[in-house]
Amino acid sequence: MRDPGVVTGVAGPAPAADRPRGLAGDAWRDLRRSRTFWIAAVLVALFLVMAAFPALFTPADPRACTLDRQYDGPSGTAFFGYDFQGCDTYARTVYGARNSITVGILATLIAGVIGLVVGLAAGYLGGWADAVLSRVVDVVLGIPFLLGAIVLARRLSQNASDDGVLAVVLTLGLLGWTTAARVVRSSVISAKNQDYVAAARMLGAGPARLMMRHILPNSVAPFIVVLTVLLGANIATEATLSFLGIGLQGDAISWGIAINESGRFVRSAAAPLVWPSVFLALTVLAVIMLGDAIRDAFDPKLR
Amino acid sequence: MFRYILRRLLQMVLTFFGATFIVYALMFANQDDPVQALAGDRPITDSQRQILTERYHLDEPFLQQYRYYMEGLLTGDFGTSLTGRRISDMMADAWPVTIKLALLAIVIAATVAITAGVVSGIRRAGTFDNVTLVLTLVILCLPIVVLAPLARLVFGVQLGWFPPTAGRDASWWALLLPAIVLGSLVVATQLRVTRSAVAENLRADYVRTARAKGLSGRRVIGVHVLRNSLIPVVTLVGVDIGNLMSGAIVTEGVFNIPGVGFNLFRGITTEDGPLVVGFVSILVIVFLVVNLVVDLLYAALDPRIRYA
Repeated sequence: MRDPGVVTGVAGPAPAADRPRGLAGDAWRDLRRSRTFWIAAVLVALFLVMAAFPALFTPADPRACTLDRQYDGPSGTAFFGYDFQGCDTYARTVYGARNSITVGILATLIAGVIGLVVGLAAGYLGGWADAVLSRVVDVVLGIPFLLGAIVLARRLSQNASDDGVLAVVLTLGLLGWTTAARVVRSSVISAKNQDYVAAARMLGAGPARLMMRHILPNSVAPFIVVLTVLLGANIATEATLSFLGIGLQGDAISWGIAINESGRFVRSAAAPLVWPSVFLALTVLAVIMLGDAIRDAFDPKLR
Repeated sequence: MFRYILRRLLQMVLTFFGATFIVYALMFANQDDPVQALAGDRPITDSQRQILTERYHLDEPFLQQYRYYMEGLLTGDFGTSLTGRRISDMMADAWPVTIKLALLAIVIAATVAITAGVVSGIRRAGTFDNVTLVLTLVILCLPIVVLAPLARLVFGVQLGWFPPTAGRDASWWALLLPAIVLGSLVVATQLRVTRSAVAENLRADYVRTARAKGLSGRRVIGVHVLRNSLIPVVTLVGVDIGNLMSGAIVTEGVFNIPGVGFNLFRGITTEDGPLVVGFVSILVIVFLVVNLVVDLLYAALDPRIRYA
């Protein structure tokens, strides 16, 4: 995202570039023109701020619940009314963003690191290392994601006494790296045989320099796209696990838990079910739209 | 072809043992005191402990225990739930319901996806195409935990079009709403794949030939294009099965359908370890077998694909 050279021209025919742009520069130019990208980016930014500073959005305390307000209608800053426990639905929904987004980002980072290392190793080393690592990927992919997550999350949270954030992060991270690994592996293999890599090798570049300077940059674009999609999926899966009762535990505030609890009393009040659902869906939608926009921008075939 | 099948089978055996080993190791390995866990809070005498240890092979090495477990699995003995019921009995009750639900979901999803996919593939960039693309994006992004409770709220509780819960011996009618919810998990990808396959095949030489022979547009699209466009859709079934399984756990939980997913859901909430492992193992096996069959079917359907 660095290209101060051509900022002024908006949609003019081919703004004159003084120096050749890199892949990232091209992509950024395309992204700036994409309406999807801006909508998604604004939504993502909004939810990030909400996760970091929930108090900006509501002065109410999400844990201040009294039963005599049960199912009361909207009043004051409690725009969405009160739920079964007499908690402020709006405040709880806003505060729910933090857990969802923290879990999503941390799990995606773990999956990204594992996927990058495995993919690089398999693609660059080739031979038996590739064979072994690819079989490991096959085995992990052989377990349907949610089923694996159920077993792993149960196991990890068995002896945990906290709110279960760590267990869910590890679960999603340890199961979600396979696609990233495959993408990195295939782009490393295709980059490895390019002439410019052979040239660099002949010029005496060592494996580390080859990898970092010549091979890795080619894997970055598809890797980022996979990670964005994975982030959306992780946020959704966290909610699913919490909904099933094996994700976040105890008095943790989470959209998944809210959907599960309010779903049981939906005949009495719909708002406590509807709003966490809407926020969750919007977050996932925004993240995946962002991934779509980035993929379109990075894919030269569509240009 | 034969060598391909053989290699694929060998790979599947490896994946199968790897996957079940991971599931088994996660569930049962390194438990603090499984005997005490089995008895709950009741005290256990030494002789009881000895009998239980022998019955469950707890004093034997881990790999040996895994072997016993696999032997049980492969001979149809999935163990006993903490409620005392045999898991194979519970399966026998649960599978018909889930299969009914899944079939309904697949039929609905395939009908919608193929019809809409063909139409938007023919009229690309038209209004219908643009609207379906946006709709599929929205559906793709709606997690099942959002979709199932909201659908139940709107169509089951508020509008009252469908029964909000299905229960035991559910009729096809009662299963319709859950099936639509479940089907929406797979409809978007199917639609998009059909659309791009149709759009691509319309430009193929054989379509031009068929048109040049004077065949009607209906026959060209209905027979020539459609048949070739459905091949990639078939391969999606393997992925779809995984999605449907995850979806069934939530959907059956929300709509109270006593199927496989519902049992698993209940097993999780009541911390019924043997039940969870039993059901998960079976689902993993189903997933692997379906994926193998789909791969082989793909090779059979499209003779252009040669496997060495």
